[in-house]
Amino acid sequence: MSKQRVIVVGNGMVGHKFIDNVINSDSADKYEILTFSEEPRLAYDRVKLSSYFSGSTVDDLMLTSEEHYQSAGVVYTLNDKVVDLDHDNKTVKLASGKVERYDKLVLATGSYPFVPPIPGKDQPHCLVYRTIEDLEAITASAQESKVGVVVGGGLLGLEAANALKNLGLETHVVEFAPRLMAVQLDEGGGNLLRRKVEALDVNVHTEKNTKNITAGEKHRYRMEFADGSYLETDMILFSAGIRPQDELARNCGIDVGERGGIIIDNYCRTSIEDIYAIGECALWDSKIFGLVAPGYQMAKVALSHIDGGPEEFTGADMSTKLKLLGVDVASVGDAHARTPGAQTYTYEDGVNEVYKRLIVSEDRKKLLGAVLVGDVEAYGTLQQMCVNSMDLPGSPEQLILPQSDGSASAAMGVDALPDTAQLCSCLDVTKGDIVNAVQGGCCNMGDIKSTTGASTGCGGCAALVKSVMDKELANLGVEVNNHICEHFEYSRAELADIIRVKKIESFDELLDSHGKGLGCDICKPAVGSILASYWNDYVLEEKHMGLQDTNDIYLGNMQKDGTYSIVPRVAGGEITPDKLIVLGEVAKEFNLYTKITGGQRIDLFGAQLHELPVIWKKLVDAGFETGHAYGKSVRTVKSCVGSTWCRYGVQDSVGMAIAIENRYKGLRSPHKLKFAVSGCTRECAEAQSKDIGVIATENGWNLYVCGNGGMRPRHADLFATDLDDETLVKYIDRVLMFYIRTADRLQRTSVWLENLEGGLDYLREVVIDDKLNIAQELENEMTSNIGKYQCEWKTTIENPEKLKRFRHFINSEETDANLAYVVEREQRRPANEQERKDQIPAMEITTN
Amino acid sequence: MNAHAASSEETIQWTPVCDKQALTADTGVCALIKGRQIALFYSGKLDEVFAVDNFDPIGKANVLSRGIIGSQGERICVASPLYKQHFDLKTGECLEEPEHRLTAYAVKIDNGKVYVAV
Repeated sequence: MSKQRVIVVGNGMVGHKFIDNVINSDSADKYEILTFSEEPRLAYDRVKLSSYFSGSTVDDLMLTSEEHYQSAGVVYTLNDKVVDLDHDNKTVKLASGKVERYDKLVLATGSYPFVPPIPGKDQPHCLVYRTIEDLEAITASAQESKVGVVVGGGLLGLEAANALKNLGLETHVVEFAPRLMAVQLDEGGGNLLRRKVEALDVNVHTEKNTKNITAGEKHRYRMEFADGSYLETDMILFSAGIRPQDELARNCGIDVGERGGIIIDNYCRTSIEDIYAIGECALWDSKIFGLVAPGYQMAKVALSHIDGGPEEFTGADMSTKLKLLGVDVASVGDAHARTPGAQTYTYEDGVNEVYKRLIVSEDRKKLLGAVLVGDVEAYGTLQQMCVNSMDLPGSPEQLILPQSDGSASAAMGVDALPDTAQLCSCLDVTKGDIVNAVQGGCCNMGDIKSTTGASTGCGGCAALVKSVMDKELANLGVEVNNHICEHFEYSRAELADIIRVKKIESFDELLDSHGKGLGCDICKPAVGSILASYWNDYVLEEKHMGLQDTNDIYLGNMQKDGTYSIVPRVAGGEITPDKLIVLGEVAKEFNLYTKITGGQRIDLFGAQLHELPVIWKKLVDAGFETGHAYGKSVRTVKSCVGSTWCRYGVQDSVGMAIAIENRYKGLRSPHKLKFAVSGCTRECAEAQSKDIGVIATENGWNLYVCGNGGMRPRHADLFATDLDDETLVKYIDRVLMFYIRTADRLQRTSVWLENLEGGLDYLREVVIDDKLNIAQELENEMTSNIGKYQCEWKTTIENPEKLKRFRHFINSEETDANLAYVVEREQRRPANEQERKDQIPAMEITTN
Repeated sequence: MNAHAASSEETIQWTPVCDKQALTADTGVCALIKGRQIALFYSGKLDEVFAVDNFDPIGKANVLSRGIIGSQGERICVASPLYKQHFDLKTGECLEEPEHRLTAYAVKIDNGKVYVAV
């Protein structure tokens, strides 16, 4: 039997999905696939288009490659467009003149951006936002522009606004409707979104109808609005919705809707036999689906029908959850309460900027829709309840109210979901698929993703998928082992309890009573850290020495060549000129590479073991102390200059930063701790990216907790507001000690909080309400720790026995001959392998 | 004494390095023996001294004497302070990347002094 020839017109996300489904199906060899795209490249991820402006490359966005198509036997033509279609003879004609025969034709022509018919809209810096070429044009235009306007305050419009902001333009959004995201959000949600967006320096203009675009006075263009007002800008980006690309169908006698769109039935068939339409060009039940998930569903249905299968397209859930300009927004089902008799529940928290609304049926038994802005944690639950028409609990408001008992939300048990519930709408993965995958051996999210594809699209379902996986793992009796290593059958938190309660003071004591073997590089430093957190002995005391990690054991940060860097404490980032000079002199004397750190101090690199005590002697004599940059401990308290100098400061942020840094300096903890204090709401110290962040208010201090930068940045959560100095310190004491007591090894505060049952509310109950009745104990532990503070370097240089260790050889005064350096930008750095080879014999650097 | 890497008793040339008392339990030091950098580790629990190359073949720096020692199952190991791979102190083998192997040297304690055979 000869192969059926299937032509796919358009190689966007949905056209590609269809082809991919064919390639991966059992009947792949029954079909010969041809595809044509007018774009210069194969399918890419338009959903993630905006990431192009935050560093993604075209390659990152590609969904496939020419090699992949070639190896699968897919014939593709780029930069060419199907311009005519002869359905009697079953052929298509291309712009290039080529004619191709088909057995089945799949129209996946997508959509085009709608540009309102405004006079002046066709000028050079009036652009749209749809393809990679559009992005390139936007980037080019932005280089010649200072101000940019997005016309359209919908989902895509806000993404486009984000792009303009990322390109450094003063950004405006002009919307015809009275609110942002009018399709998805109700008035309350739209208003909150607007406040949040405006706080990000995006100017929002609603109820503006642009009448004309003329030459501007201060900027390139002037947009004249129907109400007589105007706005000047250098570029305009139209993002006012999409229109189905149905030109080919329309010209060739295929039925289209009154307002556009190729009419299809439940099998994605058009009015002409053997011609299908899928994705944004298709009109089903008078509806166009401008999301990718329904398009993928149509791709599946069309292939099923061609292959003789039974699948039908019966509409799609248009619920969405996304982050726009950093703001979480979600909309489920009938967000506008248009269903007759619909009742609503609204929860609004002006302080934390959260808005939630539930739309329920007249009898309050079923969920019809929901709107969430600022906190979208409930999205998964609500979307499932809505789609599966599940019964609501007795008090539906519990679904959106913060829980007084500390549990994150009244999350519906995943047990209640039917196996057919679609958890991942992008990849069409059901609860049953996840359960099967777990039974088949998947036991973490990585496995689940690679096996089922769930959460690999938009990722919105990740939390829900994980809870289904966890539940199933528990059902199977899979024990999640949290033992720290093979030597102790305890978690770090359990070891901390044992050490605290039994007053254990050394590793050997703990190993003898609770462990086995000799210990290792996992448990030794962890136990060393716990011992230091509770008893705060000198870390180089003989019984603790072997526990210290790479950096702690020589009180410096080991670099790639085995030398160390030196970071003296500069509390709050405040330093006198005299001390700066000392640092400069020491760096010069020992030829140390010098760099300013992110924590407002100075890092001196390239000190050899034997140089460390000499250098530190000079620093200690000049009044410096160790900065603990080497420890899993409190590092720095960054500050802005605050009310003493700044015109805007409302409190003395430097003073508070120094007080806090001196209070907690040297505190050993499960992972490093970074703090910051800002003197006003402008937040120049970036306190919201720190483990402990303090921001001055007119009335005192706002305390933020559990943020961090690094690999996986997390914004800190607002913990308490308008605190006086004493209460602020009390709360920080308690939060830190509770973290030290309960966190896992190498767990930053951010992950700790995310894993803490009950989350932020629970932490508030422990720290503020003293629910566990341990607040006093935590404070006492902190006081005891602070009372035993010593500068480890001062102690070390005063102890001749300890100093013996600071030399490269135990039996020789020689130093490591393997070190080699080159000079770059007037300072030295370690030579790389090639440079080493080039400079034989190795250049010796003598520093004293 | 543990003569893991030594050939036969007659050919062994012992080099005195330091007093055993100069070693701190469960830590390492580096010795310069016949121009080679050799890491010595003293396990307090086993009361035994081990010697392997100080050069970390993965991190490519003379740092192994500054690593943490301990056990992995039955094997006594040092963890590289740079990238944390474990090296067997008796055989020199890298547990994670067995294609890397250190030389392990025989050690004896005589009259309170540490000797290494190179």
